[in-house]
Amino acid sequence: MTKPELASWGRYPYSPQHKHNVNWRDDIASTIELVTAEYQGTLPFGNGRSYGDSCLAASNHLIALRQLNKFIAFDKKNGLITAESGVTLEEILSVTIPQGWFLPVTPGTKFVTLGGAIANDVHGKNHHIRGTFGCHIKRFELVRSDIPPIICSPHENGELFSATIGGLGITGIVTWAELQLIPIESSFITETSFRFNSLEEFINLSETHDKHHEYSVAWVDCCAKGKSLGRGIFMVGDHCKSGDLIVSNKNKLNVPFTPPISTVNQFSLKAFNTLYFNKHGKNTKYRVVSYDPFFYPLDSINNWNRIYGTKGFQQYQCVIPENNAAAAITDLLKEIASTGLGSFLAVLKRCGHMASPGMISFPLPGISLALDFAQSSVLEENLFTKMDSIVRAARGRLYPAKDAHMQAADFQLYYPQWKALNALKDPSLNSQFWNRVTVV
Amino acid sequence: MKKILIIGATSAMAIAYARIKAKENASFYLVARDAVKLQQTADDLGARGASSVYTAVLDATDITSHQAVIDDCFNKLGAVEVALIAHGTLPDQKACQDSVSLSLKEFANNGISTIALLTELGNKFEQQHFGTIAVISSVAGDRGRQSNYLYGSAKAAVSTFCEGLRARLYKAGVHLVDIKPGFVATPMTQGLNLPKALLVTPETIAKYIDNAIRKKKDVIYAPWVWFWIMQIIKNIPNFLFKRSSL
Repeated sequence: MTKPELASWGRYPYSPQHKHNVNWRDDIASTIELVTAEYQGTLPFGNGRSYGDSCLAASNHLIALRQLNKFIAFDKKNGLITAESGVTLEEILSVTIPQGWFLPVTPGTKFVTLGGAIANDVHGKNHHIRGTFGCHIKRFELVRSDIPPIICSPHENGELFSATIGGLGITGIVTWAELQLIPIESSFITETSFRFNSLEEFINLSETHDKHHEYSVAWVDCCAKGKSLGRGIFMVGDHCKSGDLIVSNKNKLNVPFTPPISTVNQFSLKAFNTLYFNKHGKNTKYRVVSYDPFFYPLDSINNWNRIYGTKGFQQYQCVIPENNAAAAITDLLKEIASTGLGSFLAVLKRCGHMASPGMISFPLPGISLALDFAQSSVLEENLFTKMDSIVRAARGRLYPAKDAHMQAADFQLYYPQWKALNALKDPSLNSQFWNRVTVV
Repeated sequence: MKKILIIGATSAMAIAYARIKAKENASFYLVARDAVKLQQTADDLGARGASSVYTAVLDATDITSHQAVIDDCFNKLGAVEVALIAHGTLPDQKACQDSVSLSLKEFANNGISTIALLTELGNKFEQQHFGTIAVISSVAGDRGRQSNYLYGSAKAAVSTFCEGLRARLYKAGVHLVDIKPGFVATPMTQGLNLPKALLVTPETIAKYIDNAIRKKKDVIYAPWVWFWIMQIIKNIPNFLFKRSSL
């Protein structure tokens, strides 16, 4: 047997996983059977962009699906694409952009697989108008250990369709999926950005502008305290109505090795955040940018997760319902700023009302906050405990795809549907996350 | 528009090369043993931009069927600009030592079938007076090592055959390139403990193949570091080499 080599994106908890490749769709069922027989269980794994332990198998033996990366059909007239689950969003874009089609919903990295995007029901900068990724999935094939492969759609095997969207990979392995794309006239984005000085200002900006734009997101200075607390930059964007259809193909920077300690510290953070805020200037800025830097700024640095050192990092992403958002997020930012921890990219995003077909899907109408923290014992002993109680009191919730710390009681409170999902779980599939949060 | 024939079209390196060319809207004639995998590969290339994709199911060791398939390919595509021979297996050396029939079967898979295909294709290309035949052999063909000499000798036969055929076809305006990959992470090498620092993806090899065909290279090592590794291995004198466990 080869050495365990797969890890989660945050590298915390660090639990290297053995990998069992699937290269052809017809081999999925037999691979589940084989790995389960030998190691008592497994879990599907895409491109390793889940931050915490939701992508780690309880058995430490994963079925790696990245080689399952064939397209099946591309209907260029209607913008329907069918592909195997190991195809990444980057690969989809490289095929569809030249034909004038774009992903209906995209997260902040294009290096996730189609299967991963379904299993985590990812969302993006247009959640306020298009909902989650799962809203645009027409159908998929699901392979389980206890029944023959089935097709799932809103009209066919609807319960498993719903359970699999946001189902964290435990309801079966998606062989292929059919996705409805959106038409574009250019691969460029017209971006408008505004500086804001407080959370109230952000909320006003997003209330005024979100409805007029396809995309909207904000960066917030997580180091700012006192009068500056909640300052940041709000950005909206739309697909440019005219221009070239170019697949971005820039040379990438790389973090070649993992430094022994995190390079993100109070000094580098404070310096970056202050500079970034002030660089923008007070006036509204307009520019036309390629889709690549607009959606995927971090993708331009290979292995950026290594900057946090060998201990890894955790991302904290929560969403707070509309009415409690301003107060709760202000409190969260106060707690974060007082510790001096946090990351270069702290992101605020208003989520909309469009319901997901997914049984447990993260977004709810309100405001989401996401930021990374270099791993240290301070997090769980102190900061996260305080943040968790703010989120709980404000009736918000945390995002399983990013999580490595959520308490079982919190998970069960945030996602009361977990029992229904658990009932539809494939007996051969289990993750370390699921084990952790379903303890009663 | 490029017209490309690929034999062993479901191999990881062949797929990676075909995807580069599909993006450039090439037309394909794909040949492979497994009909289901062949169709899945054809659909993939179609969605990725291939102008047209024809397929034929063929076991490369079924020599008597070669001519019909190659004729069909030239008929369907009208001409062939690039023919890539990429099929092969990785034999279990120990098992081959215990079985003459397995040895000969593996030699047929990796050596004889390729020589037979090259004979047919060589004649076709010679009449066509243009195009490139690309053959994937292996660094393993450069020296007979105790751990892998059946595979190595089959690949050596292919490389030597290529050298002669290249000289003949050159006079007809046809090019032949011999591609010698090192360790590649493919389904064929899955489960082997190969040194990570030397292990590359099929996509990397595909870029070497594409480049070698465009630049009309004769023999290439992919990645290039293997040229130097094999220079060293080739120069180890036999009195030492036979004592090693390479």
